[in-house]
Amino acid sequence: MIRDHKLWLILAVLASAHLIVLWAHFFAPYDFASQERAIPFAPPSRLHFVDPEGHFHMRPFVYLWEPRPGTETLGAYVEDHSQAFPLRFFVRGARYKIAGIFDSSWHLFGVEEPARIYLAGSDDYGRDQFSRLLYGGQISLFSGLMAAGVSLALGLVLGALAGFYGGLVDDVVMRCAELFLALPWLYLLFAVRAFLPLHIPPTQAFLMLVLVIGMVGWARPARLIRGVLLSAKERNYVLAARGFGASDFYLLRRHVLPEAYGLLLTQAALLAPQYILAEVTLSFLGLGVGEPVPSWGNMLASLQKYYVLTSYWWMFVPGLALVSVFLLYYQLCKVLQEQVKLVRF
Amino acid sequence: MYASESRKASETKSDRPNFKTAIAIAMFAIIAAGLPRVSAAQGPQPLHAGEEVLVTSGEPGRFGGKLVASLRSEPKTLNPITATDISSLQVIGLMAADLIHINRYTQRTESALAKSWKVSRDGKSYTLQLRRGLRFSDGSPFNADDVLFSFQVFLDPKVHSAQLDLLTVGGKPITVRKIDDYQVRFDLAEADAAAERLFDSVAVVPRHLLQGSYQNGKIAETWGLATSPQQIAGLGPFRIQEYVPGQRITLERNPYYWKADRQYRRLPYFDEITFLFVPSEDAEVIRFQAGDVDVISRLSAENFSALNNYQRARGYNLFDLGPGLQYEFLFFNLNDIPSKQTEEMAHKQEWFRQVNFRQAISAAIDREGIVRLVYQGRAAPLWDQVTPGNKLWFNSAVPRPPRSLEKARELLRRAGFSWKSDGALADSRGHTVEFTIVAGAGNAQRAKIATIIQDDLSQLGMRVQIVPLEFGALMNRAFETYDYEACVLGLLGSDADPNPERNVWLLDGGMHLWKLHRTTPPTPWEAEIDRLMRQQLTTLNYEARKRLYDRVQQLVAENLPLICLVSPHVLVGAKTSLGNFRPAKLNDYTLWNAEELFFRQEESGKTR
Repeated sequence: MIRDHKLWLILAVLASAHLIVLWAHFFAPYDFASQERAIPFAPPSRLHFVDPEGHFHMRPFVYLWEPRPGTETLGAYVEDHSQAFPLRFFVRGARYKIAGIFDSSWHLFGVEEPARIYLAGSDDYGRDQFSRLLYGGQISLFSGLMAAGVSLALGLVLGALAGFYGGLVDDVVMRCAELFLALPWLYLLFAVRAFLPLHIPPTQAFLMLVLVIGMVGWARPARLIRGVLLSAKERNYVLAARGFGASDFYLLRRHVLPEAYGLLLTQAALLAPQYILAEVTLSFLGLGVGEPVPSWGNMLASLQKYYVLTSYWWMFVPGLALVSVFLLYYQLCKVLQEQVKLVRF
Repeated sequence: MYASESRKASETKSDRPNFKTAIAIAMFAIIAAGLPRVSAAQGPQPLHAGEEVLVTSGEPGRFGGKLVASLRSEPKTLNPITATDISSLQVIGLMAADLIHINRYTQRTESALAKSWKVSRDGKSYTLQLRRGLRFSDGSPFNADDVLFSFQVFLDPKVHSAQLDLLTVGGKPITVRKIDDYQVRFDLAEADAAAERLFDSVAVVPRHLLQGSYQNGKIAETWGLATSPQQIAGLGPFRIQEYVPGQRITLERNPYYWKADRQYRRLPYFDEITFLFVPSEDAEVIRFQAGDVDVISRLSAENFSALNNYQRARGYNLFDLGPGLQYEFLFFNLNDIPSKQTEEMAHKQEWFRQVNFRQAISAAIDREGIVRLVYQGRAAPLWDQVTPGNKLWFNSAVPRPPRSLEKARELLRRAGFSWKSDGALADSRGHTVEFTIVAGAGNAQRAKIATIIQDDLSQLGMRVQIVPLEFGALMNRAFETYDYEACVLGLLGSDADPNPERNVWLLDGGMHLWKLHRTTPPTPWEAEIDRLMRQQLTTLNYEARKRLYDRVQQLVAENLPLICLVSPHVLVGAKTSLGNFRPAKLNDYTLWNAEELFFRQEESGKTR
């Protein structure tokens, strides 16, 4: 099989990113909705090792943010050096439920109240950007992944039908696929969103996003799979198996579809980031999950405002996360392509 | 009675040294553009004998130059009779004049085309003396016939003018009679406390240009943006020069304008005012910062702070005028909607109708937090509809309790609500309290207010969802289908006087937002507000009116049909070199005295 360390490395990094995001309750020091109204647009907390007297501490600590005297601008803060708040691991904080059942309040790290540790600063309500980034990843990363799953499943079934049976089925499926390809998908998503009821709970909004994005994108994988299958079903060993009386289902499962697995993998690696971007776009435009539930898209939406764009660099953090995830996915795609040496796309 | 400052123009001196260059430049522009209109090139006409101009008190300025301002949307029309959108009104405001004007700065009425006026003892009849010798911007003379014609058009129900409602007093339209060429008498069906203020923004239009189209029943379609500038005339300081779709509208000096400065030189100072069409506030801010635009109004607090950092270096000043007349509020759907009502909406409305419930929500909302987070401190918390910016009508006796979750819980308990084991609030029948708040998607401030309220109410165990809606859709739900639960909205009073507010507070008012549709009798407090509003309308004495309106404010603060939240400050900016710039809290904030504005020497030499 595949023996490339690079592949496993990329997969490991991607998987850990998804796992961290999945366990956001634990890794995030705060709840995504908890507002600290005294410190909107606070810059990222500075971790100190040396106190004002010059003593070195093994355990890093943070200070309280205080508004800089004499300024009216939000985001102008100074550290209050009168009291240090050391960073602690495995602390108790906001309560949450594991898998909706077990109550817990353990967090990986935190500092004592009233101090706050904001690794990526705070947003306009004084909410922790880092915690929101992790929770937002749940929506953004998994909606991409799941939508890619929906797309590929649909594409596989329809592509296989079209490629394997040909004829009228092929014609109908492929004309539909062309129709879907020709649709301006962003406007289609707008239209679909407009038809849905106004207020849907965040989980439903998430599933809706997944379904809508996934269903719109089946056409491309379907076409590719059909192409692979068209050539695969004419191979000699397939014809031979058919001659021995193999059923369609057996042929598909045993001989034809395996030809498309490599293609499926690369398509998955290609589609997932595309669909993450689709979710981000929708949420950026206010059509995704609603406040206060974060997603990377609605976190980035605050950058639509000129003063945020020019004043608070830490509001770009979700964008950075997005870029790194994309790079990982595209690297994965490249490695897969080299390894699997299959169809060009 | 109101004394006017007009003088006979025969006293005028006419030395204007800087003027020849301005004329030469203007000449050149006209020739280059190939326009046939001659008089604009001649600059302001000298004052002539018998012309009763109004002499302004501002600092004498420099003639020439042009001012660039911006509009967020294109004006839809130049017709003062039918215009309703804010951009059209702003442009028309510079091209037209009214008989009695509300000074945007002092908020009091002052003489305009009417030199003076007399009120009859019963307050029902007004006799206005018009200024003599005035001309429209096309040079044709102005007299009482134009006033008569203007009011005839405005009061014609077939024309559907926006002012018709205002000019209807006691259920009957005002009647107008000509006494002689320069005297007009207005009769009202009943005394109106703010009758002088009715004349503001009722533009006097030229009879000689519009009579034809009025008789053909086409007055509403005339004076569109495509109309040739020669066909349009007014009594404002500027007149239309050019409209470029998608880009700008340019106004040029009205050479016959009827105001003069202290040195008896005919205003306005500027040759031109250009409005660029800039689609968003952020784009506007960037252009202002770059120096492309000379004045900016309706700044948000965030952009104000962003601009503040560069104030000195870029040569502009920013002004925080304090709370204006706008008030932002939360309201619940209290409409009687049995026909299409679902069971869910029925029990939600049961909560909304309880005064204790609304009071609990008001007590739980962190108004100070909204002021700080949404407006960066540039707003005033509010407990009733009159903002601290409205000095004449503000009621300081209205209780202004600070945020208290304990009090909110106590109120909810009293109303029969209780908390489930997971902290969720439930009513006496066990329904969990959850509802949605709609807020305009285009208005970042309101969306933020809603998010803060959501968090505040979650601390009472209420599950609140926010639905951002496009503004048109929101209006449709609030005014037509009544398909909403709660809404965050703002209203901008056009005048400091309570009278324009009456459509909000009268039972049958068109802006009686929380209950536009009624099948049940009004509650006692609703009836009392209605009675007080009607009473103050016809009360002439200010103190007596103030007492009545104070009581209205008290009732609103107690019963909370609108849960008033904050009043944003009026924030504007202008180039440092702009002379006579006196931003006001009333709309239009910056260009209300456009005729007096001018650029001081140092700047204008450099840029234009």
